[in-house]
Amino acid sequence: MSAALMPYEEALAKYEPVLGVETHIELGTASKMFCGCPTTFGAPPNTQVCPVCLGLPGSLPVANKAAIEGIIKIGLALNCTIVEWCRFARKNYFYPDMPKNFQISQYDEPLCVDGHLDVEVDGETYRIGIERVHMEEDTGKSLHVGGATGRIHGADYSLVDYNRAGIPLVEIVTKPITGTGDKAPLVARAYATELRELVRALGVSDVRMEEGSMRCDINVSLAPRGSAEWGTRTETKNVNSLRSVERAVRHEIERQAAVLESGGTVVQETRHFHEDTGTTTSGRSKEEAQDYRYFPEPDLVPIAPSREWVEELRASLPELPAARRRRVQAEWGLTDLELRDVVNAGALDLIEDTVKAGCAPAPARKWWMNELSRRAAEQGVELSDLPITPRQVARIQALIDEGSLNDKLARQVFEGVLAGEGDPDQVVAARGLKIVSDEGELSAIVDQVIADNAEVAEKVRSGKVAAAGALVGAVMKATRGQADAARARELILEKLGAS
Amino acid sequence: MSSELTRRTAAELAELIASGQVSAVEVTQAHLDRIAAVDGQVKAFLHVDAETALAQARAVDERRAAGERLGPLAGVPVAHKDVFTTADMPTTAGSKILEGWRPPYDATVTARLREAGLVIIGKTNLDEFAMGSSTENSAFGPSHNPWDLSRVPGGSSGGSSAAVAAYEAPLATGTDTGGSIRQPAAVTGIVGAKPTYGGSSRYGLIAFASSLDTPGPFGRTVLDAALLHEAFSGHDPLDSTSIDRPVPPVVEAARRADVAGLRVGVVKELGGEGYQPGVQARFNEAVELLESLGAKVAEVSCPHFTYALPAYYLIAPSECSSNLARFDAMRYGLRVGDDGVRSAEEVMALTRAQGFGAEVKRRIMLGTYALSSGYYDAYYGKAQQVRTLIIRDFEAAFEQVDVLVSPTTPTTAFPIGDRVDDPMAMYLADLATIPSNLAGNAAISVPCGLADEDGLPVGLQVMAPPLADDRVYRVAAAVEKALQDRWGGPLLAKAPELVEVDR
Ligand SMILES: [Zn+2]
Repeated sequence: MSAALMPYEEALAKYEPVLGVETHIELGTASKMFCGCPTTFGAPPNTQVCPVCLGLPGSLPVANKAAIEGIIKIGLALNCTIVEWCRFARKNYFYPDMPKNFQISQYDEPLCVDGHLDVEVDGETYRIGIERVHMEEDTGKSLHVGGATGRIHGADYSLVDYNRAGIPLVEIVTKPITGTGDKAPLVARAYATELRELVRALGVSDVRMEEGSMRCDINVSLAPRGSAEWGTRTETKNVNSLRSVERAVRHEIERQAAVLESGGTVVQETRHFHEDTGTTTSGRSKEEAQDYRYFPEPDLVPIAPSREWVEELRASLPELPAARRRRVQAEWGLTDLELRDVVNAGALDLIEDTVKAGCAPAPARKWWMNELSRRAAEQGVELSDLPITPRQVARIQALIDEGSLNDKLARQVFEGVLAGEGDPDQVVAARGLKIVSDEGELSAIVDQVIADNAEVAEKVRSGKVAAAGALVGAVMKATRGQADAARARELILEKLGAS
Repeated sequence: MSSELTRRTAAELAELIASGQVSAVEVTQAHLDRIAAVDGQVKAFLHVDAETALAQARAVDERRAAGERLGPLAGVPVAHKDVFTTADMPTTAGSKILEGWRPPYDATVTARLREAGLVIIGKTNLDEFAMGSSTENSAFGPSHNPWDLSRVPGGSSGGSSAAVAAYEAPLATGTDTGGSIRQPAAVTGIVGAKPTYGGSSRYGLIAFASSLDTPGPFGRTVLDAALLHEAFSGHDPLDSTSIDRPVPPVVEAARRADVAGLRVGVVKELGGEGYQPGVQARFNEAVELLESLGAKVAEVSCPHFTYALPAYYLIAPSECSSNLARFDAMRYGLRVGDDGVRSAEEVMALTRAQGFGAEVKRRIMLGTYALSSGYYDAYYGKAQQVRTLIIRDFEAAFEQVDVLVSPTTPTTAFPIGDRVDDPMAMYLADLATIPSNLAGNAAISVPCGLADEDGLPVGLQVMAPPLADDRVYRVAAAVEKALQDRWGGPLLAKAPELVEVDR
């Protein structure tokens, strides 16, 4: 049964949305948050565990310094204050994928507070306030077998993989996001996108939403236009892609508006997002909400990062995405729109690496944004997932620049590289792709074409120069595209006395 | 020879073994024989594995024969509280919920005992998850006080104190959360020390209350306790709360045994009303003795100690309610009601209902309540404030004096069964020991005589600031020396002989 929805435009005409985003990011540290176990993704179940991350009786956590360094970097990049002293806290609740039946987290003393992140939507900048950034350990992963829902309730049995238990997680919580109006879904998506770029630039996580190393919970509430009071909010979980962030916000706006419109009240609850339908369904309500009985984690000493260390980390931050975008825009001479297209296509890194490999910015952008974007779209994969490297793209362009390939031949080289036929030079050699620049050979082919197309040749001779195009086409066909078309044209006109 | 060996102190045994007069195997066998002969009455041990113990002893003898330099206690048997994990023996924490569990790893204390060449002769009984003052909360039945088998040996480390007092082992490990080493030591007439919190590693110690739990030693002499203290203490990178500083020179202090010029404070709030007259009398004499030995004695007031017990009974249960959440039947230990139909939650609930004893449940309930939203500030939060005030009391006191003294316990050993239905009476046993746990400082209990009413041992508690563990050993050793001169031997010599049975 799907919930009643109010058309989006109508909902926005009546209500003002207030958003909040809680993002969990798995840090890419070599070892877990509180033990020395490796964090490699995809290892066989329960092979990356030890007494500590299994929560065996007697075991104790020891905080991973690299993880704390990672979260401080994220905090600094989000313009947060790094507190001088804070503690871990225990969040107590029972669930089989929690080895200790409490999660080591932070509660009222987060490590990073009070920052912001600017995001752009349709040329407009929105400053998203960051309430807090704190660290915690991930739980294990449950697999509920049997039953209709894939949830623990109704399952025949459940399996738990503790490889993920204890992987360092950073939770980033925004302040309420207001004043976005009908752009709310786009702002939410832009925030998630920008956050992902930022964390990726810091090199502290691979932030892959599809692998769960970045997960978003979306809070949405509606206030009647003109009202100062915010409505009741829902928290939507299981939002696992950037597109889903946008859709989840949109859906909740439409759903909540319909509830309010019919005289109902929005229930404060957790909702689950469904990727297939783009809808949310009710989870736990506030009345059933757990009392987590937070208290300071007595097994760990407080974290008191020295100011020197914080400043050292601040100085070590790499160029952040916003600054980088400003720089490449200037260097490559892009308009705002062109830059946005590059960013949205996920091509910034690829183009920059291609430029670094010796290619001029314009062709680098051209290949990634046209030829390769098209092929990625055809295959339904991310641009960065195409089996071609920026270095290879730069090499192909170099072959064009030195005159041994034209664009048409280059496309065949791309095809060959993508098909796994090897490096550009190998593809060129194996497929015999080379411009026919041997004057004698080309001259002979032109003669043959003129002989074969006497009628057209006659038109050219009589002054209809435009008809020469057909002859050039025939030359290109005869050479399988490997002739220099401009030179072929010159020869044709010369031989027909039309030059 | 064999029965004579069990009467020796750990220091003496170590010397006999080092000089080759006896082998570690002989010493271990003598204690195994003693266990076989008396543990049916004392019930100090939950697990004795003669084979493993003898193999450890043999290894020590072989290393010595090969010319290896060994630690000062190499070859000496030690009874190990069954709350430390041991990879080669079961570890129950005195609870049915862990019955049959074999840990895959050694606690740091266990590992250090092994490295020092100590022979772990068995695992000793305790109140379930170290919650109690008598071992009556053990899921496997109580241990008995060798002075009077109808009485408790104290708790929670009562199996350890009973084993040492019954000559089943010269040394034992314990853990002290609210007095669980000092109180059993006091009521069995032996020495027991609570190191500075963070001075000994908690890694592999099954947690009761993380901010209070402290591993420590038992011995029949102050020197023995100091030797064991030194063997397993010191910084452990696996325990974040462990202190990265050298172990205080406790062995040297135990040998020095003088108090001349030392300032000793008698804590006004720990004594008088509620304390058994015979206990108070022996304590007063001990204070006089210290004065006669050259100490400067003064009365010191620690006004907030009055609130230590209520604060402790909020903090410890709060932490325990969280620490014990992991016993849920999902990964190890007992599993009740898993019939393929019941949900995980139902199996968890059934297992915890049947696997935990009444006292453990009581404390989980207390702690769960104290941490609940809406009650946190009034209970857990307030208790933490009291804890700070108690720490300040100690700090102020230690500006005036070098050590503080008090009776270790308000009463001597009480009869088994006497307090099981009265938790408050049971909790009062730790009245004088709890402040040091809340403050994390060093403390020791040393025998100071027998109460006139019942002829049972009385302990003197000595407390020193954090990391001044050597001071408590110095004072305790001085008292021990003077009293043994007076008594013509150790207090334990006055204990009745246990009947040895052939097994
Ligand atoms: Zn681990």
